[in-house]
Amino acid sequence: MLAPAMAEVAAESLAGGRARAARTVLNQVVLPGEELLLPEQEDAEGPGGGGERPLRLNAGVRSRVRVVCGPGLRRCGDRLLVTKCGRLRHKEPGSGSGGGVYWVDSQQKRYVPVKGDHVIGIVTAKSGDIFKVDVGGSEPASLSYLAFEGATKRNRPNVQVGDLIYGQFVVANKDMEPEMVCIDSCGRANGMGVIGHDGLLFKVTLGLIRKLLAPDCEIIQEVGKLYPLEIVFGMNGRIWVKAKTIQQTLILANILEACEHMTTDQRKQIFSRLAES
Amino acid sequence: MDGAMHTDAKSRAETGTESGPRGPGCSLRHFACEQNLLSRPDGSASFIQGVAEKSREQLIRNTCEAVVLGALHPRTSITVVLQVISDAGSLLACCLNAACMALVDAGVPMRALFCGVTCALDSDGTLVLDPTAKQEKEARAVLTFALDSVERKLLMSTTKGLYSDAELQQCLAAAQAASQHVFRFYRESLQRRYSKS
Repeated sequence: MLAPAMAEVAAESLAGGRARAARTVLNQVVLPGEELLLPEQEDAEGPGGGGERPLRLNAGVRSRVRVVCGPGLRRCGDRLLVTKCGRLRHKEPGSGSGGGVYWVDSQQKRYVPVKGDHVIGIVTAKSGDIFKVDVGGSEPASLSYLAFEGATKRNRPNVQVGDLIYGQFVVANKDMEPEMVCIDSCGRANGMGVIGHDGLLFKVTLGLIRKLLAPDCEIIQEVGKLYPLEIVFGMNGRIWVKAKTIQQTLILANILEACEHMTTDQRKQIFSRLAES
Repeated sequence: MDGAMHTDAKSRAETGTESGPRGPGCSLRHFACEQNLLSRPDGSASFIQGVAEKSREQLIRNTCEAVVLGALHPRTSITVVLQVISDAGSLLACCLNAACMALVDAGVPMRALFCGVTCALDSDGTLVLDPTAKQEKEARAVLTFALDSVERKLLMSTTKGLYSDAELQQCLAAAQAASQHVFRFYRESLQRRYSKS
C-alpha cells in the first residue's frame, strides 16, 4: 500500500538531489548540501576553421572555466558544494580570463577573522608587550603595543583594559591565533587606533555591515544629513556611534539596527519624521 | 499497512541557540553536545543529568559531527544549547530538527542538512509517524531516525522495543518519505527569512 506513494516520493527526492548549473540558481536561496555545476568553457575555435582543430588527448572532457570559490562554497570534484545557507551571488571578472567569483551571501552574526578586515575590538587583557583584544571570533586577537602610530619602547600608547580599538588583521587563518595592528603598511594610523570614550557600541549582523559599507549606500548619506555624528563600522558586526547628545546617539543606534528589516519606503518615512521633529 | 502522519496539532516547541567557543587559557573540550537540564518543561529543576539525557545528547552529537565541516574550525568548540519548552512526544526528533536549524542560522559550515523522524509501531502493526507521548508509551516499538538531505541516507537510528526485519525497513522507508516534508519546511522558512532583505 505504501509502494505507489513511495515511488512518486522517491522520484521527487532524486530530482531534488541532482546538481544544478550555478547560472540557473543565481540570486536564489541555496541550502547546505546542494551541488552546483560550473559553467563550461566555450570552445573558442569553432568548427569550419579549415579542419585545423587540435586533437584532444582526453576527448569528451571539455575544459572548465577557472572560477574563484568564495565564502559559503567548497570545491568537491569538479562541482561546488554549498556549505552555508544564503543567496548565491556572482561577480563577472573585471579583466582577463576566469569565470569570476561565486559566493553565498549569508546572514549570520558570528564573525570568523579574515586577513585584511577592519574590526572593532575590546581590550580584555594586558600581558607584557601585547594586548588581548576580543573581536567576536573563537580566539581573542593579539595586538602588540608597538603597532600604533608613533609608538616606541619608551613612548607607549595609552591603552587600558576595556578600551575600544579599531584595527585590521595581519594574520588571520584557521590554524593560528589572529593578530591585529593599528597602523597600515606605511606606518600611518589612517583612522585606526583607540576609539574615544563616549558613544555607543552595538552589534548587528554581518550582512548589514556589508550593505552599509557598499559604495553607494543611501542609508549612511541619509543618516549623515540627520545629525552630525561620528561612526565606525567593524566588519565583525560591531558599530560604534557618537552624536552630540545621548538621545540622538540612541536614536541613531535604533535606526541602524532596524534598517535590516525595513524596506526603502519605510526607512524614508522614518527619516522624514525624524527630520521634522 | 497504512501509514498515518501527524504533522500538526502538536504543542511542542523548542528553541536552539548556539553559544560561542571558549578562548585560550581553559582546557578545550572534545566536540560534545551537553544537555544541562536545569529547568524542565513541567516546572521541576534538577542539577543531575540522567542517563536518558546523556544518551540523547550523545546521539545528537554524533549526528551533528557527521554533518558539520569541523576541519574548517580546528581547536574550536561548537556548543548547541537546546531548551525543551514543552514535550508532547517525539522529543529526540524535535531536538535534531532544532539543532540543524540552529547550526544553519549560526552559519556553521555543513555538508548537508539533517532531520529527525520518529516512528511508532503499535501492537497490531500499525505504523504511526510523529507519535504523541501517549502513543509512544502504548507502542510496541519506537524507532527514531536521523536522515540527511542529500540522498536521504541514514545518519543515526535509535530503537526501543520489539519489531521484525520487514517492519524496520518499512519504518525507514516511511521516515524517508516524511523527511521530505521537513526539508521542504526548512527551505520555505529559510526562503521567507531571506526574502525580507
